[in-house]
Amino acid sequence: MIKYFLMNLLLSGIWVALTGSMYYTNFLFGFLLGFFVLWIMNRNETDQRYFYRVPKIISFIFYFLYELIKANVQVAFDVVTPKYFFKPGIVKYPLNAKTDFEINLLTTMLSLTPGTLILDVSEDKKTIYIHVMYLTDAEKFVMQTKTGLERRLLAILR
Amino acid sequence: MIDIILAILSTVGALSILFASIGILRMPDFYLRLSVTVKASTLGVGLLLICAAIMFPDVSVTTKAIAIIFFLIITAPIAAHMIGRAAYFTGTPLWKDTVIDQLAGMYNKETHELESNGGPKNSEGGSEPPNIAKSEEETE
Repeated sequence: MIKYFLMNLLLSGIWVALTGSMYYTNFLFGFLLGFFVLWIMNRNETDQRYFYRVPKIISFIFYFLYELIKANVQVAFDVVTPKYFFKPGIVKYPLNAKTDFEINLLTTMLSLTPGTLILDVSEDKKTIYIHVMYLTDAEKFVMQTKTGLERRLLAILR
Repeated sequence: MIDIILAILSTVGALSILFASIGILRMPDFYLRLSVTVKASTLGVGLLLICAAIMFPDVSVTTKAIAIIFFLIITAPIAAHMIGRAAYFTGTPLWKDTVIDQLAGMYNKETHELESNGGPKNSEGGSEPPNIAKSEEETE
């Protein structure tokens, strides 16, 4: 897993050195090229996790950006129109994430999407309390976040 | 082509900061103000920095822009979390149309510990009422 990542970095470093232009786009292109080469050359059937994980990370980034923009447009629309459309509320959210790092990433992602704000994490790290702006149904919100953001995040981390 | 991308990104960034500042004025209570401000301003500053990174094709500028965006994304949610927690703890009322408050009565007032279920009961044996404002004036 970590071996493949280091090898990929080495290949993209070689690509940058050979082409001789120090730009981030060039580095990214070299990284993708190195990933492709490693994927073609991979004969080890047992350790395939790296090759599933990188596409998942990229798709997660795009999913997160999409959610961010969607929620921002919704909040911006609500700010400029005279009527209030939101129904705020504080929801108890039982966590699937176990370790500190997973909880940290999940709460950061949730806090960055507009409409949700983390108020506190309980002492035993089993629940978090979220202030939600558009709350039609507490159960539905918990289910949506569990199957959407948290499932995708945990699929990458575990 | 690059000019068009720059124009779109900087316009969206500036607009989101504008909406954040209008949001501070218009939102009815403290939590909603915090919620609107932190995210929109993070997005706006991030987009403007990306514009700067595209505008100057220099490795040092790009590196600085990426570092600033990274630290902004790490620190802004934590600041919002701490401010929101402190506000709830000092008893800032929620807006009068708030649907549900599942945090009510979960704090231990002496030790500041937060329960995950059940929660400490007060002296009468019942759970605490949610801290929701009765009128508009309370949250002005």
